[in-house]
Amino acid sequence: MDERNNGKPRRLRKVRPERSAFSAVGRKAGQVPLPRDGMKGAAGVSVSGHHAGQDETAALVSGVAEEREKLLSALHGRHLARQRRISFAVWGMQALLLALFVGLWETAGRLRWIDPLLFSYPSRLLEQIVSTMASGTIWPHIAVTVAETAAGFLLGTLLGTALAVLLWWSPFLSRVLDPYLVVLNSMPKVALGPIFIVGLGPGFMSIVATTLSVTVIITTINIYNRFRDVESGFVKVVRLFGATRAQLFRLVVLPDSFPVIISTLKVNVGLAWVGVIVGEFLVAKLGLGYLIIYGFQVFNFTLVLSSLVVIAAVATVMYQLVAALERKLTAGWRER
Amino acid sequence: MQTGNMLELIDVSHVYVNDQGASLAVEQLNMAVRPGEFVALVGPSGCGKTTILSLLAGLLFPTRGSVLLAGVPVTGPSPQVGYMLQQDYLFPWRTIRDNAAIGLEIAGRRTKAALEAVDRLLEELGLSGAGGRYPHELSGGMRQRVALARTLATEPEVMLLDEPFSALDLHIKLQLEDLVQETLRRRGKTAVLVTHDLAEAAAMSDRVIVLGKQPGRILRELDIPEELRSASPTEARKQPGFQEVFEELWSELNRTEEGERHG
Repeated sequence: MDERNNGKPRRLRKVRPERSAFSAVGRKAGQVPLPRDGMKGAAGVSVSGHHAGQDETAALVSGVAEEREKLLSALHGRHLARQRRISFAVWGMQALLLALFVGLWETAGRLRWIDPLLFSYPSRLLEQIVSTMASGTIWPHIAVTVAETAAGFLLGTLLGTALAVLLWWSPFLSRVLDPYLVVLNSMPKVALGPIFIVGLGPGFMSIVATTLSVTVIITTINIYNRFRDVESGFVKVVRLFGATRAQLFRLVVLPDSFPVIISTLKVNVGLAWVGVIVGEFLVAKLGLGYLIIYGFQVFNFTLVLSSLVVIAAVATVMYQLVAALERKLTAGWRER
Repeated sequence: MQTGNMLELIDVSHVYVNDQGASLAVEQLNMAVRPGEFVALVGPSGCGKTTILSLLAGLLFPTRGSVLLAGVPVTGPSPQVGYMLQQDYLFPWRTIRDNAAIGLEIAGRRTKAALEAVDRLLEELGLSGAGGRYPHELSGGMRQRVALARTLATEPEVMLLDEPFSALDLHIKLQLEDLVQETLRRRGKTAVLVTHDLAEAAAMSDRVIVLGKQPGRILRELDIPEELRSASPTEARKQPGFQEVFEELWSELNRTEEGERHG
C-alpha cells in the first residue's frame, strides 16, 4: 500500500514532466504523500514513458478509491489555485492602472503640465467631495438625481416593455407603427427637452420625461425583437395544447425573453443617466447635472469633475444592483 | 359517415400560399386510422408527411376535403390529440415536473391529483426522482422521455409522432421505440408516426403508408405481418419476416424516386 502510494506520483511525473505544478500542489496541500526521494526520482527521469503511462491508467482504474479521491482533489486544488492567481493578477493590474492614472494626473496638475484651473487634480476633487459631504450640501443633489434616474429608469423599462407587448400582441399594429419607431429611434430625442420643460414645467416631471424619451423607444425595439425571436418549437408545443395568445405570452414568450429584458435593464441604467443629466443641464435647480452646469458657469472645474466622479460612483452602484437582480432572477436555468 | 375510424382524411388537399405563390402540398388524400391502430407514414422529404400531421393536429386546415377526429371535423388543437415533436423543446426555465404538466396547466387542470399523476407517469417512463431537476441536467434520451410524459399527461386518445427519435443515438432510439410502443399499446392509444427511417416504420407500426411527393399522395399501403406487430420494435427487427418488409418498403421508395427522376 505504502509502496503504491509513493510510486504513483513519481510515475505521473514521468508521464507529464512539464506539469511540475501538479506534485507541487499535492505537496502543499499534503494530499498526495510525496517523499523527498520521490522528487529526486522524478528529476532524473529517463525511463520509457509509454509503459509508465499505462501503469498510471491501471493505477487510476484499479487503484484504491481514496487514492483516486486524493488525486482528483489535488488536481482540483491546482485548478483553483491557478484561477486565483489569474484573478489576483487582473486585480493587481487594474489597481496599478488606476494608481498610474491618478498619480499622473495629480503630478501633471501640481507641476502645471496641465492647467489646473481646467483639469483640476485628484486631491482637489477628493477635498471637494469630502467637504461637501461633511457639510451635507451634496446630499440633496445626489438624492434628487438618484430619484430622477430611478424613476426614469423604472418607468422607461415598464413603458417600453408594455409597448413591446402591445406590438407583439397585434402584428397589424406593429406593421403600422414600424416606420414611426424607426424614425423615433434615429431621432435625437433629448432635443425634445425644451418642449417637455414648457409642457410639464421646469423640474422633476420634465427631467423624467426627458429620460423616458431616451429609454422607451430603444427598450421597445429590443424587447419586441426578442419576443419575435422566441423559439418556434416552444410556441408549437403550447399551441398544440390549445393555448390562448395570453397563455402563449405568459408561459413561453415572456420567460424565454426574460434574460434579454434583464440585460435591457442594464442598458437602461446608462441611458437613464444620460437623460437625467441632460434634463438637469436644461432646467434644474438641484442635482448633480445642475452642479456640473453651475460649476461650468462659475468656472469651477473642480466642482464639475468632482460631480462627475460622484455620478460615476452612484451609477456603478445602480448598475451592480441591476446585475445582482439579474443573477438572482435567472439562477437555475442559465445553462441550456 | 360513422365508420368507427379514429382519424379520417377524406379527399384532402392542402395548398400553402405565400408571397412567392401557392404550392400544392398534398392532393386528394384519403386515409383512415382505426382506434388503437399504429400507422406509420414514410416517404421522401417534401411528400407532405408533416403537413398531414399538422392537419390531424388541427394546426392547419385543409384547403379542400375534411379531416375527422372520431367522426367529428377538426376545428383546432384538441386535448384528444397529443403531438410529439422531433426535438423535445422542454422549457429550460421549468422543472421537469412543471414541463410535463404544462398541457394540464394550459387546460386549467393543474390540480394536486393531476400533478401526482404526472409524477407517476414520470416514474413509469423511468424518470423517477427527476421531477425537481431542470432540462439541462438531463440527457437527450431522458429529455425526449419527458416530452413523451408531457404529451401523455393530458391523456389524449391519439398520439401524433413527428420523427420523435430522429435526433437520438441509435441505442437510445431503440430503447425509446420500445418504450413508446409499449406505453401507447398498454393505454390503447391510436398513433400516427411520421418517419424517414424505414426500419423504424416497419418495426413499430401495424400499417405503413408510403407517400410520394409533389404533390403528396399515397402510393402504397402495406400491412405489417402479425408476428412483427406483436413483437416489440427491437424484437421485431430480429424476426425473419422483418427483412422482407423492409426490402418491400425500400424498393417502393426507390421506384418512386426513379419514376420522378425520369418522369
